[in-house]
Amino acid sequence: MASDAHGETLALREQFDSEEQQKDASTLGMWIFLITEIMFFGGMFLAYSVYRNFYPHVFAVASSSMNAIIGATNTGVLLCSSFTMVMAVRAAQLGQRKIIILFLVLTLILGIAFLGLKAYEWNVKFEEHHVPGPAFHLDGVDTQGPAQIFFSMYFAMTGLHALHMVVGVGILTWLIIATYKGRFTAGYMTPVDIAGLYWHFVDIIWIFLFPLLYLIDRHLG
Amino acid sequence: MATERVDSVKTYAAVWIVLLILTALTTAVAYVDLGAFSVVAALVIAVVKMLLVALFFMHLRHSTHLTRLVVTGGLVWLMILLLLSFADFMTRGWVGVPGR
Amino acid sequence: MKSWLLTKDHKRIAVLYLATVTLFFFLGGAFATLIRVELLTPQGGLVSSETYNKLFTMHGVTMVFFFLIPSIPATLGNFFLPLMIGARDLAFPRINLLSWYLLVIGGLLALFAMLAGGVDTGWTFYTPYSTTYSNSWVIATALGIFVAGFSSILTGLNFIVTVHRMRAPGMTWFRMPLFVWSMYATSLIQVLGTPVLAVTLVLVFCERVFHIGIFDPALGGDPVLFQHLFWFYSHPAVYIMVLPGMGVISEVISVFSRKSVFGYAFVAFSSVAIAVLGFLVWGHHLFVSTQSVYAGMVFSFLSYFVAIPSAIKVFNWTATLYKGSISFATPMLYAFGFIGLFTIGGLTGLFVASLGIDVHVTDTYFVIAHFHYIMVGGTIMAYMAGMHYWWPKMTGRMYPEGWAKLSALVIFLGFNLTFFPQFILGYLGMPRRYHVYPDEFQVLHVLSTAGASVLAVGYLMPMIYFIWSLRYGALAPANPWGATGLEWKTASPPPVHNFDEAPVVTHEAYDYSTVMGEVIEVG
Repeated sequence: MASDAHGETLALREQFDSEEQQKDASTLGMWIFLITEIMFFGGMFLAYSVYRNFYPHVFAVASSSMNAIIGATNTGVLLCSSFTMVMAVRAAQLGQRKIIILFLVLTLILGIAFLGLKAYEWNVKFEEHHVPGPAFHLDGVDTQGPAQIFFSMYFAMTGLHALHMVVGVGILTWLIIATYKGRFTAGYMTPVDIAGLYWHFVDIIWIFLFPLLYLIDRHLG
Repeated sequence: MATERVDSVKTYAAVWIVLLILTALTTAVAYVDLGAFSVVAALVIAVVKMLLVALFFMHLRHSTHLTRLVVTGGLVWLMILLLLSFADFMTRGWVGVPGR
Repeated sequence: MKSWLLTKDHKRIAVLYLATVTLFFFLGGAFATLIRVELLTPQGGLVSSETYNKLFTMHGVTMVFFFLIPSIPATLGNFFLPLMIGARDLAFPRINLLSWYLLVIGGLLALFAMLAGGVDTGWTFYTPYSTTYSNSWVIATALGIFVAGFSSILTGLNFIVTVHRMRAPGMTWFRMPLFVWSMYATSLIQVLGTPVLAVTLVLVFCERVFHIGIFDPALGGDPVLFQHLFWFYSHPAVYIMVLPGMGVISEVISVFSRKSVFGYAFVAFSSVAIAVLGFLVWGHHLFVSTQSVYAGMVFSFLSYFVAIPSAIKVFNWTATLYKGSISFATPMLYAFGFIGLFTIGGLTGLFVASLGIDVHVTDTYFVIAHFHYIMVGGTIMAYMAGMHYWWPKMTGRMYPEGWAKLSALVIFLGFNLTFFPQFILGYLGMPRRYHVYPDEFQVLHVLSTAGASVLAVGYLMPMIYFIWSLRYGALAPANPWGATGLEWKTASPPPVHNFDEAPVVTHEAYDYSTVMGEVIEVG
């Protein structure tokens, strides 16, 4: 959101006195936006923790029904995308336009790969009747209710994470086009920089979602 | 602008490799019975990964005090949300009044 | 028209906000009127129970989310925060415009829900009623509040960055006017609290639309978890409403007693303290839920701490008046009203923060009276004080002083007549959200309704004379009150870029020796 607010022109905006002030303001704005994102996901982490605390065994069984290999692969994909993103930011700092585009495209491909694997996973959940609703059924637990809550949290958390990824993919696409058109130079790379912050943040959320949803107490289930 | 620090590719690559190793590690550890510590292990690894991403990829180690304050503040507020809520959920039933 | 709808000028956006929130204020007021008329008789013949449930819900939703939360920050804050710190605009003017559009879109969604059939869950949307049982327009309303929430977040974000990065040369933190401090503290709450409300509404939305279970007790979910999440935002939200008001009062008291605010640093830090402490007390809304008794004790204990910074403010305002050269201009009358009413609201807040008493008065009119003393007696009085104080600067016109003083008096009397009987009603056991009640409560209800009609007249008066003054009011000089702030150093209304030459600040916020000459010049 903050990133496309600065894309229109390269010139110093009239409310600022210097480029440095403008860059500082944009960066600070992005960090504050990320704080709001922490609190946003924080509410779901709270709900997850409370129910895990209520129903540890059911959550362990439900967690074990997840495909940890896909989860780990997706974590790897996202971490690679963070690496390519930071390389793009580095290229922007050095003003290497072609390298920016190269790494942004790589990041975009990895982001889409993540979403593809995610979609495959959700599809499997539908086939296994692990989607909350009347047809829901999970083997190996006494009560279906709490198991359904686990999968409700799973879909809510991964769904909102995926939504953030989709937004990220949109931002990347826009950045690639803008870079191609030569909007960014070594002196002005703020949009690349703050888009990077956003992308890494979405990665961090997944770093926590992966162990919480796929791994905890796997040996029990 | 001029003071902007550009980290080396080597640094980024090293952080990236460590992150991938930690992912493999956290997956492997999940299959070992550590009792209550399996949660601790998973969260500690996740926090380490978060710090690596934040400090290196998000350039937090080069950033201003204000940015660090903002991040710390956000995490403190998340802790307020979690801890004060758990002050309720963890103490239910202590007095033996039904429903409390 | 187009130049207004696409404007990036913080002053014009403030005016857009002003028009929007005024509309919602009168809409919420209309719901309140229907509620009070209904309560004239014990048997409630005017509307059905279902309609009554919708009326108080829509009154709450409109007033809280579409009037009180954006009221002072988005109008007066938007207009004056950049001016007061000597900036040309906010840090992100386009995000500022976006936030207005978000409020409008959110408001339209909520309006659509109201016109389509209304919503009956109470403004609190407690589960499982809101997720499973209610047959009203919960989704559209929740969506509207969700969108309006982002408007609030973006305003807060914009203000924080602006205060950090856009101050004029010489405008150090401790030279900032106290209104700026209070806006900063408010912004912190908006940024840290609102996302939690947003995610809570997303979960309610998912549960209602996709029938997944998150708070559903039938599946083993915990509705009290919803209450924790909801009040984590909605208690601090009370401070989003009242902190900006406190900032206005600090300005007004200082100007009209021509003295520097007593204990400037204490008043400044007490704003931040209220913002922080406000996040530690939400469990006091859950005393009669299944929240554990121990958590109840902790939250009750913590709630008392909010009284400390609040009392610091009230005492320091009073000390500012001491030996001041007081003039009883309209903003000052409203400010006096604020201090008295806020003190009553705050003290009764201690009653309801106390675990034992709250069990007795929970969900009664005592609570209704308490929070109306804060939100209406506090916030709206301060909003009116600020509107009168800054009206000449915003429009370049003076309002008619006599009518304005009369309105302050009418609102003060009408307010007390409306809400004081409700303290007694509540203490006697009249529950909130009921429209049929025992005969012995009728006298107090009639008094309250009578007060409400006085109050309505009081609110209509400024509406009329403000509009009148736009055309017929005397032209306002740059500094009609002899005030010290930077916003008075530029023309009324200010030029597009606020200042003809960039201001350099050399004095503290309330140094009246700097404007002594100026007053005579313009007076």
